[in-house]
Amino acid sequence: MRLAGFGFRLWRSDESGLGVRMKRQTAGPELERLVTLIAKLPGLGPRSARRVALFLLKKRDVLMIPLAEALMLAAEKVRPCGTCGNFDAIDPCAVCMDSGRDPGLICVVEDVADLWALERASAIRGRYHVLGGVLSALDGVRPQDLRIDSLVARATLPEMREIILAMNATIDGQTTALYLTERLAYLPVRITRLAQGVPVGGELDHLDEGTLLAALTSRREF
Amino acid sequence: MGEAARADDCSVCASRLAVLRLTLHEWRSFSGLELEIDSRPVVLAGANGAGKTNILEAISLLGPGRGLRGAELAELGRRPAAADESTADWAVSALLEGAEGPLRVGVGIERDTGPPRRIARLDGRMAGPAELARHLRIVWTHPGMDRLFSGAAGERRKFFDRLAMGFYPEHGQIASAYERAMRERQKVLEDQGDPLWLDALERRMAETGASLAAARVDTQRRLMQALDRRESSVFPQADLDLIGEMEVGFLAGEPAGAIETRFMATLRAARGRDRAAGRALSGPHRADWPARHRAAGRPAAECSTGEQKALQLSILLAYARALADEWGSPPLLLIDEAGAHLDSRRRDALWGEILDLDVQAWLTGTDIELFSGFGPNAQIFSAGNGRLKAVPLHSGGRGAFHAQASGPSDS
Ligand SMILES: [Zn+2]
Repeated sequence: MRLAGFGFRLWRSDESGLGVRMKRQTAGPELERLVTLIAKLPGLGPRSARRVALFLLKKRDVLMIPLAEALMLAAEKVRPCGTCGNFDAIDPCAVCMDSGRDPGLICVVEDVADLWALERASAIRGRYHVLGGVLSALDGVRPQDLRIDSLVARATLPEMREIILAMNATIDGQTTALYLTERLAYLPVRITRLAQGVPVGGELDHLDEGTLLAALTSRREF
Repeated sequence: MGEAARADDCSVCASRLAVLRLTLHEWRSFSGLELEIDSRPVVLAGANGAGKTNILEAISLLGPGRGLRGAELAELGRRPAAADESTADWAVSALLEGAEGPLRVGVGIERDTGPPRRIARLDGRMAGPAELARHLRIVWTHPGMDRLFSGAAGERRKFFDRLAMGFYPEHGQIASAYERAMRERQKVLEDQGDPLWLDALERRMAETGASLAAARVDTQRRLMQALDRRESSVFPQADLDLIGEMEVGFLAGEPAGAIETRFMATLRAARGRDRAAGRALSGPHRADWPARHRAAGRPAAECSTGEQKALQLSILLAYARALADEWGSPPLLLIDEAGAHLDSRRRDALWGEILDLDVQAWLTGTDIELFSGFGPNAQIFSAGNGRLKAVPLHSGGRGAFHAQASGPSDS
């Protein structure tokens, strides 16, 4: 590179694009498979995958084996909750079973990550409903591809009073919220959405807890 | 603040938006280029193909949107030597002075997660399009826009929507949201999908469309005010009109709610028609900005190319003045082939207005002599072989030129 020291280094990927495979055969198929799989994790490229693999190998007993066991156990036991879509080893999940929660309040989120973010902030007194994505005709996500029918069924329960639509402030997130409003309009429940505090394009999972609380306390009716 | 006070007030002069350093990396014809300048206008002179427009395009990409050529991300990287290699990852960064102090901006391409996308940083932090629009007001004209008023309405919309972004930084994002909702609606129509989904998408179109229309109406009003304030100049006076079904409502002073409701009803009634047509046949995406040549008393669309160009410059200069009044700084003004279609009287008047506005204009031209009217008040570079060379046009100049350029390696 001719010009060193400029800001654009910031975006230059240090993943050279050479791919996962090391150029000469430096490692056996066991290790290559491990690196290939780690590289599929979000936020990790081939180079950082090699670093992670090496780290694990060095911490064989204290990290690698316990991690492998934890992965096996989670893969075997943890399933989406049949009621709300949250992940847990029991069904209904711990959140749905928690009798201390308001049975008349459901907070609708796009993804389990959003549910966890709201739980970290202790922001919701009620329970959740995970849609599993947002509507997008161009990406082939239709209403029947999301957990919408089960939401409508839950909203019809006699104890239901309020449904908070906590979609992300993305274009598709907001369209999905509008659609749900139309679907739920005939029911005697209050439908609210997050108001101030959620930046456009911001994802719930990335908001700090104070912002989340502010967004929730200032929620308003559609 | 009055205009007379502005011209003499150097605390204001010092804080206008200007590029002080521009760095290109693997950009178009340049493997690397660093340009250090001050806030005076910049002239890039040289033969066609010397890369002058590439530099203007790089500056245009510092703001939101797809820049001066409307190019795809992947086109922007320098072409590799071998045909089977993909284009390089480009980056453009700049140090600017803005109305609120120095500003570091960097734009580049990122491919680590999913398909390549443009990322931008402002002072080291990731910045979205509205934030870029708030700090970097950049407008341009180039030979492809010479017949702006007689050409396609879409080009006029693009031109005026960019001007609207100067007053309404979210305008571009709202336009994207509107277009996304419109394309989604079209797909749901084709798939014969859920009518409630169509309702939701049409509501989105109405809400975002109303914001677009309202911003356009206000922009048209501000532009007309600024045009009317212009002293009689060698540039012709333009009268701007704005045509569009939602825009007309705002022009008539109707409340936004009523305009939205009516547009939703229009869309709902037009579902069958739009499905058959393959696109939405009405809405703010079909708005138009016709103009009239005031003195000649006829539509700008009927004027000669030269007269259309003069009208366009008249609008840009009025706009620059309006932005300076609104934000304390005029925008960056990029004029590709600045001398084209202008006689020497208009050329000198343009240079004069640029200096008077105290705007950092970036001008290109094939002949360096075209810019002699600037005297020592512009920074002149000759471009050739992918290099830039500072040209001290008059020995009495401030001598502040300092340019380093390198590349390209493909010629
Ligand atoms: Zn559950």
